[in-house]
Amino acid sequence: MVESTVQQSRSRDLDKLLLRPGNLVGPNFEPGPGLREDLKEYVRVLVVGAGGLGCELLKDLALSGFREIEVIDMDRIEVSNLNRQFLFRLEDVGKPKAEVAARRVMQRVAGVNIVPHFCRIEDKELDFYSNFSIIALGLDSIEARSYINSVACSFLEYDADDKPQEETVKPMVDGGTEGFQGHARVIMPGITPCFECTIWLFPPQVKFPLCTLAETPRTAAHCIEYAHLIKWDEVHSGEAFDPDDPEHMKWVYDEANKRAELFGIPGVTLSLTQGVVKNIIPAIASTNAIISAACALETLKIASGCSKTLSNYLTYNGAEGLHTKVTEFVRDKDCLVCGPGVLIELDASVTLQKFIELLEEHPKLLLSKASIAHRGKNLYMQAPPVLEEMTRSNLSKSLYDLMGKIPKDVVHATGTTNKNDKKTSVLRKLRVVFKGVDEITDMETAAGGA
Amino acid sequence: MIKLFKVKEKQRELAENANGKTLVKKQSAGELRLHRDISELNLQKTCTIAFPNGKDDLMNFEVTVRPDEGYYLGGTFMFTFQVSPMYPHEAPKVKCKTKVYHPNIDLEGNVCLNILREDWKPVLNINTIIYGLFHLFTQPNYEDPLNHDAAAVLRDNPKMFESNVRRAMSGGYVGQTLFPRCM
Repeated sequence: MVESTVQQSRSRDLDKLLLRPGNLVGPNFEPGPGLREDLKEYVRVLVVGAGGLGCELLKDLALSGFREIEVIDMDRIEVSNLNRQFLFRLEDVGKPKAEVAARRVMQRVAGVNIVPHFCRIEDKELDFYSNFSIIALGLDSIEARSYINSVACSFLEYDADDKPQEETVKPMVDGGTEGFQGHARVIMPGITPCFECTIWLFPPQVKFPLCTLAETPRTAAHCIEYAHLIKWDEVHSGEAFDPDDPEHMKWVYDEANKRAELFGIPGVTLSLTQGVVKNIIPAIASTNAIISAACALETLKIASGCSKTLSNYLTYNGAEGLHTKVTEFVRDKDCLVCGPGVLIELDASVTLQKFIELLEEHPKLLLSKASIAHRGKNLYMQAPPVLEEMTRSNLSKSLYDLMGKIPKDVVHATGTTNKNDKKTSVLRKLRVVFKGVDEITDMETAAGGA
Repeated sequence: MIKLFKVKEKQRELAENANGKTLVKKQSAGELRLHRDISELNLQKTCTIAFPNGKDDLMNFEVTVRPDEGYYLGGTFMFTFQVSPMYPHEAPKVKCKTKVYHPNIDLEGNVCLNILREDWKPVLNINTIIYGLFHLFTQPNYEDPLNHDAAAVLRDNPKMFESNVRRAMSGGYVGQTLFPRCM
């Protein structure tokens, strides 16, 4: 009796979204109490990152009716996290973020099941990621986003008409904050732009000229970068600087201070040193809360269809008053990560040499002097001569063998093509499918791995 | 997408035990762009490139520059390139492994070349950087010094700079610093 009252009050707000029909709902939305149960039963959400955004996301998702959640983070809790990463306490300092965050949310939200993974995102196999319905990102680096994006896009398959196959689309919801600013976006690989389609959105990092650091420092940051980039190597020959080692950081701070005194520059502090060296902008708890809430809501919308999703990029700026805006970015049709590429059907006997010749004649490509790469292996390189020599012997081998006898896979080709009578260099994604190779081979290989 | 998730979740449970692990090396967009840069390298006779980790690791390589004019004629200078997966969003890290008496390269091998730091743009490529490195040897610049002493000598006494460079390259002391032979 008690339980049912609690249950009702917890899902009261959620029920307003899930039980009633509406005009702005997603396709195939079927309101009803079954939907609430299905969210618990069948939707598995992965939260990547258990930091400022991750803590908020885990709490928000757990309170939004999701039951099966996992979280991955490689970091341990630091004292400086405690002002905003509210799932952590002083006694947790030094413990893995993922584990503490999962435990705290499970203690507070009855019935939710959160599995922590204390490791690097690269340490997990592709199968791990393919098991989730939706991946929610609470990350602070472009590099990590780019990695998860490439993993999620690698599940995407296109049909013969270059249309994405719905069951292979792995939705992502990405949040990001920097001080008072933030963004939330929905990435449906093959449907909305992927992270790589819009990588240009990220401004380049500010870097100071080395000679300014060495000769004419004018700011506290110049003094810090001098100690970090120049003085460190001079004194510690061979030993790499570790930004996570407090002694290393203290050394850089002391050296920066000496230099600042020499040039009469004020403002070098330990926290500024950490900020400059690790490229940190102070995090604001309320920005994280707002962005995570938007991300959790989008996750709920994707899963349940209770509303159309954000289309497709929300920016938030709370620096002066409040400003939010949604922009619909468009896909890069030639995106190497999420684009369909060019479908090429081949006999299994075709040699690499023959394949390169075919690309030259292919009407959609007209690609001459192609260099070919497959899953990080360079099958043939036209230049420089040292690499051409190392890969030349592959030319007479069959492409099917070189690709490890996989019936279909993606290869990348670089070469030149003629555009309006001008030679331009291009990098193309190719979907190679071998004809006459039984799909059963595929099944056998898969079963063989069991 | 709940219906789809439902179907997939049921499939997943069925396949749970019959699943082989796929550990596939993911090729980042940066690696692909680098693949293109490298396959289109157009090196001058004065520059050579080597891949110490073999044909499949393009992210780490060495470039050797042999200037054919100027103060450094006859010298051989080796640079290491470390390219991050975020290339070309981030510039490669370039270090000079040959100890050199040069106003824009310090004794630790740090190189002051604008396109490696403040002026890097994703439209630039490996070829541009190698060209820039070559340029440093034909046109050393005392206005952006990393080696303060060398810059002062170049500015105030080019003849003495020239003889210092010769002494350093043939293996000898300039001031207190010993330079290994690199000719």
